[in-house]
Amino acid sequence: MRRLIVIAIPYLWLLALFLIPFVIVVKISLSDVALARPPYFPQWDWSAGWQGIRDFFAELDFENFIFLTSDDLYWKAYLSSAKIALISTFLTLLVGFPIAYGMARAPEHWRPTLMMLVILPFWTSFLIRVYSWMGILSQGGLLNSLLLSIGLISEPLTILNTDTAVYIGIVYTYLPFMILPVYAALEKLDGSLLEAAEDLGCSRLSAFWLVTVPLSRAGVVAGCFLVFIPAIGEFVIPSLLGGSETLMIGKVLYEEFFSNRDWPVASAVAVVLLLILVVPIVLFQRNQQKQAEAEA
Amino acid sequence: MTKTLITLTAALAFGSAAVAEEVHVYNWSDYIDEELLTKFEEETGIELVYDVFDSNELLETKMLAGGSGYDVVVPTGTFLQRQIMAGAFQPLDNSKLPNRENMWDVIQDRTNTYDPGGEYSINYMWGTTGIGANVGLVTEALGEDAPIGSLALIFDPANAEKLADCGIHMLDAPTEMIPAALTYAGWEGGPDDKSDEALAAAEEVLTAVRPYIQKFHSSEYINALANGDICVAFGWSGDILQARDRAAEADNGVEVVYNAPSEGALMWFDQMAIPVDAPNPDAAHKFLNFIMDPENMAAASNYVYYANGNKASQEFLVEDVIGDPAIYPDEATLENLYTVTPFGPKEQRSLTRLWTKVKSGT
Repeated sequence: MRRLIVIAIPYLWLLALFLIPFVIVVKISLSDVALARPPYFPQWDWSAGWQGIRDFFAELDFENFIFLTSDDLYWKAYLSSAKIALISTFLTLLVGFPIAYGMARAPEHWRPTLMMLVILPFWTSFLIRVYSWMGILSQGGLLNSLLLSIGLISEPLTILNTDTAVYIGIVYTYLPFMILPVYAALEKLDGSLLEAAEDLGCSRLSAFWLVTVPLSRAGVVAGCFLVFIPAIGEFVIPSLLGGSETLMIGKVLYEEFFSNRDWPVASAVAVVLLLILVVPIVLFQRNQQKQAEAEA
Repeated sequence: MTKTLITLTAALAFGSAAVAEEVHVYNWSDYIDEELLTKFEEETGIELVYDVFDSNELLETKMLAGGSGYDVVVPTGTFLQRQIMAGAFQPLDNSKLPNRENMWDVIQDRTNTYDPGGEYSINYMWGTTGIGANVGLVTEALGEDAPIGSLALIFDPANAEKLADCGIHMLDAPTEMIPAALTYAGWEGGPDDKSDEALAAAEEVLTAVRPYIQKFHSSEYINALANGDICVAFGWSGDILQARDRAAEADNGVEVVYNAPSEGALMWFDQMAIPVDAPNPDAAHKFLNFIMDPENMAAASNYVYYANGNKASQEFLVEDVIGDPAIYPDEATLENLYTVTPFGPKEQRSLTRLWTKVKSGT
């Protein structure tokens, strides 16, 4: 009985915070837009009883999903978001891995302080941190003034309102999500394995490549997912740092929801985004499991 | 189900409001003299929670979702009309609004298009959408005879190209920009035409100058214009006049002027209304009545440089406001102002799609 309760808690959590909201979104995505409050049709009509429920389901259809295929804006936005998310995940890994490695190799009594430093930025609001990047990257901003004053450039660089600024913003914001799981994996690494590798004739570099990298893979994969998934749907960073031509699905969703007031199409966009994310993750997990079984 | 949940949350969040007497007001950013807020609290003993937005779309989504928790909101006429149809507002109780007699019939006549007889709303401010220019930078780029009061300044690619270096901003609001583009093109269906052909014509005008536009944004241009970071902004009259004043105060050598375009300018009305599910409609009426007091309304206009729909307030307005034809236009200019009607859902979709295409090229 106690075991059952322990297992039930995470499932209830998933049910309440993921599945129920998702079912509501799916329901809206199958509805039609209407000038009402809330702005879609049909609504549950409890008073009509069984007949009402049947009428309700009869009104639902896949029209909005078909609509998404009729305009190339949507798949272009999905593709462009996936591209931006992939590149930023890679860049985050490039920056995050050495930091995590350094932390794991640091003397033990330093580690809590280093960990603290990684988490510290979270104490300031995310919005304010992204806003301050506007001050750093603008034409007359900190970065340009610095580069101009040391004579590295003669004309201020245009960084703000471009895709480069979006990458900087995403890498900066999600860096801790990469560092923490990679650090956790590296910290558990048994140092004697590296010694054994070197005893057996490995150079330090190949020991790193043959021992450290494979053993930190779980952390790297977790970190990449933690960065990629929120980055693909990111709205705040591209709208503050990106230009008008930065095309991302988060912005398209915003337009559908706020400008068109078309909640059903906005929900359809969200459902498709979720499917795009879930399918590769499930396939990847399957693959991992198979590999683990094959090894065992 | 969702509705019950939302009401429940609202009741939990604002249930205490009725006890402590709070009123939640949701207004446009930079749109009131903040001393009025303290004055209201002192006069009525009601705690005023003041919150701001900078796009009608954001407000409309909150109204349509319901349970916003606001008692007074300030949508623009065209948006108000659609939200009334969706059942978002409650009819005003005129017995609680004795100050309504101060209102100006000329403005009431015009707002009757959106809310006949003012059943759901009162006019707060009104203004035009037009061109703000940094005189020094514009004449430097285009010479002394620059068409500073004409739509050709921003919609003629030859002019826009020369101004691109010093910077042009436009409102990120297709409902404002499309009528202006149609006016410039001299479209025979008029600026309020929503047909596919009209939208295509507007798209052509906007696409031609798109490479020269630095940014589409609905509030950043106030500071950018005042600091001399940009030379031209197509924006709301009072915002540009605020930029003019900030530049004058800073004494930074920037001289900003506002012109309602000579080809014709959009006239808009921001209306105060009470959501149907307002937690404290009684206090909301008190706030509306407070705002319609001539001296209070005049204080707000003197501060934000927008004209208001309150006739009795005019004797309290400073000369800078009542005497400025950019704020209170003369008869001839008033003739040249047009109003527009809301977009239907299908037209709205074409409009948003066009706007995305203009901005992002996709």
